[in-house]
Amino acid sequence: MASCGDFKTTYAEDIAVLRSKREWGITIIFLILTIVLPKLSGNGQLINFLNWVIVTYIVALGLQFVTGYCGQISVCQFAFMGVGAYTSAIVTTKLGLSFWLAVPLAGVSAGIVGLVLGLPSARLKGFYLTVVTLSAQFIIPWVIIHLPKKLTGGPYGLEASTPRLGNLKFITPEQFYPIMVVFGTIMTLIAINLTRTRMGRAFVAIRDNEIAAEVMGINVNYYKLVAFFISAFFAGVAGSLWAHNMRVIYPEFYNLTQSIWILGILVIGGLGSVSGTMMGTLFVRGFEELVNTFTPSLAKAILPGVAGAQFSSGLLMIVFGGLIAWFLIFEPRGLAHRWQTFRTYWKMWPFSY
Amino acid sequence: MNTFLQLLLSGMMMGVIYSLIAFGVVLIYKSSSIFNFAQGEFLMFSGYIFWFFLARCHFPLWATFFCLFIFCVLLGISVERIFLRPLVGQPLLSTVIMTFGLGIMIRGFVLVIWGSDWQMLPEIFPKEPLRIGEIVLSVQLLDSFFVALLVVGVLTWFFQFTRKGLAMRAVAESHQVAQSMGISLTAILTQSWIISAIVAGAGGFLLGSINGINVALSDLGLKAIPVMLMGGLESIPGAIIAGPIIGVFENLASGYLDPLVGGGLNQIISYVILIVLLLIKPYGIFGLKHIERI
Repeated sequence: MASCGDFKTTYAEDIAVLRSKREWGITIIFLILTIVLPKLSGNGQLINFLNWVIVTYIVALGLQFVTGYCGQISVCQFAFMGVGAYTSAIVTTKLGLSFWLAVPLAGVSAGIVGLVLGLPSARLKGFYLTVVTLSAQFIIPWVIIHLPKKLTGGPYGLEASTPRLGNLKFITPEQFYPIMVVFGTIMTLIAINLTRTRMGRAFVAIRDNEIAAEVMGINVNYYKLVAFFISAFFAGVAGSLWAHNMRVIYPEFYNLTQSIWILGILVIGGLGSVSGTMMGTLFVRGFEELVNTFTPSLAKAILPGVAGAQFSSGLLMIVFGGLIAWFLIFEPRGLAHRWQTFRTYWKMWPFSY
Repeated sequence: MNTFLQLLLSGMMMGVIYSLIAFGVVLIYKSSSIFNFAQGEFLMFSGYIFWFFLARCHFPLWATFFCLFIFCVLLGISVERIFLRPLVGQPLLSTVIMTFGLGIMIRGFVLVIWGSDWQMLPEIFPKEPLRIGEIVLSVQLLDSFFVALLVVGVLTWFFQFTRKGLAMRAVAESHQVAQSMGISLTAILTQSWIISAIVAGAGGFLLGSINGINVALSDLGLKAIPVMLMGGLESIPGAIIAGPIIGVFENLASGYLDPLVGGGLNQIISYVILIVLLLIKPYGIFGLKHIERI
C-alpha cells in the first residue's frame, strides 16, 4: 500500500516488484544481512538454523499458493518435500546427474505427485479435500519406506551426493548456505510474480467464491490443479536443497507434525502474503530454536535425569500449540497485517486517518 | 476360513472403537461445523487421567470413573469456551488449524507431565482369551466392544428421545431456526463439546485397558478420520456403520496383503479405501450433498 503523494508516472514503475526507494533499501539491507551475518557470528549453529529457515520458507511459500491464495487446505506439504528430497537423492547418486539438474527434477516430480493429489479437488470440497491430503501425508512416506530397498533405502534413509560447480564443492552447511540464499531469492521472485499474474488473481477468486469465479470464466478445476502443482513444486525444490544440505535423508522426517507446523507458519505470518510467510517462518523457527536451546537446561533444573529430552520436546509442543491458538484468537490476520497497520500508523502519524 | 472369521471378528471389534471416536467428532461437526482433529488427543489425555487416578492415586474404580467424568466435562467446557468460541465466524481454515494446534498442545502437556513411556492399566477385564471353536477372541476387546456398543446405544437414545437431544439436532439443522425456537445456541454448543469429550473419555478408558496408554494413542484419532468421512460427515449412523467396515478391511489387509508388500499395510489401508470411496461418492455413504448458491 503506497502512501499519499507516492505517484507513479509510468506503468513500468507502477507494476515493479519493488515500488519505492524505501522498499529497495529494505531489500538490499536484508540481502546484505543474509550474507554478512553468518560470517560475523562464525559459529555453525547459526548457519544450520538459517539453512533450516530458508528451506522451511520455500516449503511454506509453496503452501501459500494452495492454502493462502487458492483456499484449499492441504496438510501434506512435507510429504511433497519428501518426494522432492528422495527424487533428488536417487537421481544424483543412482543416475549420477548433477545437483543443478536434480533440483528442478525434484520440483517437477513432487509437482506431478501434487497434481495427482490435486485431482480429487475437482470433486471434493472443504474437509473432504483436507482429509485426502491428510491421507497422502500418511501414504507417501509409507510408499517411500516400502519401495525396493535398493532404490530408497527403506527406513534406514538414503545418502545424497555433494553438489559441485566447476571446482567448487559444497560440503559443509557454511558452503551450502549461498546456494540456499540464491534459491530462496529465486523462489521469492517466482512467488511474488506468480501472484500478480492472471493465475494468481484466479487463485484469489477461487478462494473467495468458487461459483462466482466460475461465472467469471475461470476454469476452477484447472487452476486448482495448477495451485497444487506449484505448491508441490516449491516443496520439492526445498526437499532437494535439504537433502543435499543434510546429506542423509530419512522418511520419518517428513511427517504430519511438520506439515502442521507449515500450516501454523502460514497462519502466524498471514495467509496470502509473501512477506508474511517470511515473517512467520522466522518467528516460528526462531521460537523453535529458542525453546530447543533453553529447555534442556530448564528441564535439567526441574527434572534431572532422562525425562529432560521429553520435557523439552513437550514444552516445544505446548509453546507451538499455544502460539497458534494465540494468533488465531487475537491476531487472525497474521504478522503481515500487524506490520501493515504498524507501518501505516507511523506514516500517518500524528494524523491517524 | 477360520483365519478369515478371526480377522473379521476382531476387525469389527476394533471398528466399533473407531466408531466411538468418530461419533464424538461427528457430533461436534453436526452442531457447530467444527471438525475436531484433536479428538484422538482428548482420548489419549482422558486415558492418562484414568490411569493417573486408578494406578497412581489408588482410587477405587467407581471413584476413578467419577473423576474421569468430571475431567471430561471440564475439558469439553474449557476447550469450547477458551479456544473455539472466539473463532465463531472465522473461515474454515482457522478452526482446522486451531484443533490441530490444540492436539499438539495436549500432546505436549502429556509429554511434560507423564513422559512417553507406556503405562499399563491394572486389569479391569479378565486377560484369558475367549475361544469359540477355533476362533480366539481377546476378552478385553470383546468387553470393550460391548461397552462401546452401550455408549453408542445410550447416545442414540439420547438424540432420538430426549428434549435436549432434540434441541441438539435442531442446532445441527440450522443455528438461526434453533435460536428462534428459544434454544440457547451457546449452551448447546458447550453441551455437545462436553458429550464429545465424555465419548472420548470412554474411548480412552477402553483403549487404555486393551493396549496400555501412551502418547501414540492419539494417532488413533487420525485413524478414525476415514471412518467419519466414509460414513459422511453429518451422519451419526454413518459413523457407526463405517467403523466396523474400516476395522474389518484393516484387519483383512494386514492378514492377507501384508506378506506381499512387506508389512505395515494396516497403517494406510483405511486412507486408501477412503480416497477411492471419495472419488466415487464425494460426500461419503450417508453424507449430505451440498447444493451451493451464490
